Amino acid sequence: MAEATPTDAQPRRAGGRQGSPWTGFRAIFAKELADHLSSTRMLILVLLIGVTSIGTAYMVVSTISTGDSGDPLLYLKLLTESSGRIPAFIGFMGFLIPLVAIALGFDSVNGEFNGRTLSRVLAQPIYRDAVLFGKFLAGLFTLALVLAAIWLLVMGLAIYRLGVPPAGEVVARGLLYLVAAVAYGGVWLALSMVFSIVFRQPATAALAAIAVWLFFTVFWGMLIGLIADAAVQGSVARAELSLSLSRISPNTLYSESVIALLNPDVRALGIVQPSMQQFQQLQRADMQSTLSVGQSLILIWPQLTAMIAAMLLLFAVGYVRFQRQEIRA
Amino acid sequence: MSDAVIETDGLTKSYDGLTAVDGLDLTVTEGEVFGVLGPNGSGKTTTILMLLGLTEPTSGTARVLGLDPARRPLDVKARVGYLPEQVGFYEDLTARENLAYIARLNGIPRRDADARIDDALDRIGLSEAADREVKGFSRGMRQRLGLAEILVKRPDVVILDEPTLGLDPQAAIDLLETIRGLKDEGITIMLASHLLYQVQAICDRVGLFHRGEVVLEGTVTDLARNILGGAYRISLEAEGPDLSDALRSIDGVLGVERTDDGRYVLESEHDLRAQVAEQAVEAGGRLHGLGISEPSLDEVYAEYFRKEKEGASHGRSDAD
Repeated sequence: MAEATPTDAQPRRAGGRQGSPWTGFRAIFAKELADHLSSTRMLILVLLIGVTSIGTAYMVVSTISTGDSGDPLLYLKLLTESSGRIPAFIGFMGFLIPLVAIALGFDSVNGEFNGRTLSRVLAQPIYRDAVLFGKFLAGLFTLALVLAAIWLLVMGLAIYRLGVPPAGEVVARGLLYLVAAVAYGGVWLALSMVFSIVFRQPATAALAAIAVWLFFTVFWGMLIGLIADAAVQGSVARAELSLSLSRISPNTLYSESVIALLNPDVRALGIVQPSMQQFQQLQRADMQSTLSVGQSLILIWPQLTAMIAAMLLLFAVGYVRFQRQEIRA
Repeated sequence: MSDAVIETDGLTKSYDGLTAVDGLDLTVTEGEVFGVLGPNGSGKTTTILMLLGLTEPTSGTARVLGLDPARRPLDVKARVGYLPEQVGFYEDLTARENLAYIARLNGIPRRDADARIDDALDRIGLSEAADREVKGFSRGMRQRLGLAEILVKRPDVVILDEPTLGLDPQAAIDLLETIRGLKDEGITIMLASHLLYQVQAICDRVGLFHRGEVVLEGTVTDLARNILGGAYRISLEAEGPDLSDALRSIDGVLGVERTDDGRYVLESEHDLRAQVAEQAVEAGGRLHGLGISEPSLDEVYAEYFRKEKEGASHGRSDAD
């Protein structure tokens, strides 16, 4: 509605539209949330995630419970350690979060369009903004709810098996991990919502979102190697370029954030050059063997903000497209 | 005009050089049922969307209840009920839940909403299906549910886009009856349709859309007078001598035609049945039947587009 065409024969009166864009937001948010939580699609995905994550955690618990249970950061190993043939919890999550996020968003707008409910809803005293905000935030909230539930399940299982309460720092790191995971999921949710606005068919939107996901998961890594080889000489330069390019992928941002958050021993991300920087790090390493929560957070701050920025950017793209869309069938 | 509920002034909408609505001037006054007619693609739905603030006009202004829908869409939409052409509901929700959602979007307090929903479902005869999922609803039931939504909203103006399209005759009649009920409550109604018979049965005034313009506007009788010449058609069945000349001599008869089966069809400005009967008997005819039909919108419609076509081909030959 913001797009007053410049071809107007008549000058626009001063002042834009009136009324709050949030009118009706709560109703839409509540409905979308109820839809998500009661849908069969979500049930299947939650079961999938639940079973895999608890399975992983269980395996890890059985291997480490025999070892040292005095380690204060034992609980973090639950999430990061992989036992034998089964990948780590965080690895699974890196794989499954995009899937859930895409499932939450790919038919959010075009589904309503095809069901012919959109024109009826927009004929109520609300702005389109409220529809999009409501849908996006309900999706994000669902994602957060699912992740938190699974995280609690894993923690509960570990407490039950290990018999020692987790330290405060471990809980803090775990919660920060949740924030990073939700931000990561938010990127994919925003992407699938953009596709649900652009494409009329939900199947097309889902496939497009999965294509992007596959691209970053499988092909981006290969492409980076090729680009870096072609672009620069020297192994350090090549490695640096590769790293920068790989950080375009939200998958890299997620895994870097997670590694740094859940592993206090990680003091730097990426390749470390023999420079003043490393010298200082070595010095610090002498003083203190691991990073504090705050320092780990500072370390991944760029990654976290990049994910949030990507999410907001994608949402903005969808927002503009949605505002300009003709709602007639 | 103070009692104009819907007013447009030079309302225009173009899409990429294609003009869907072209300089529309329309007035719908309070409490009337205004029928918007026209073939598909003549700009009916686009006009409605502009009135609801769902599409921004390219130029011109619209006023609904004195408000500009492009600037104050929330105020307009709070007071206007809209039934889209193909109404869709959330299939997994029950009829009641669908209505409750709309009530929440309208900010109707919960307790109030429950009473209104029960009342609305009762009025359109869906009480028994209230707690069934919409999935299993027939087209007629969906359309009625759409009207129930409007009843829940309690608007001042109702805009209906092809409400009876695809309904079986009985369902259409029931729906029109409910719409008439809205009118009796003093609600202003704008009804877009190309099912002319139904429009005629319910509308006080109609506007005929053609290529984004209102080419004709008025009561059905007015339109018939303009387009068909006469406003009444009297048909006479009589045996005996040819009565054509005798009938033609009656004051107020505009034309007499004889159909293949021997009936006479008269066009007149008034109801002249008494005079026709008198004249026919006087001229030696034996009267078998006498009927009058107000001109149907179908005829007006067909005649207008026939003239339009002729005019267009004339225009072309003039240009040569």
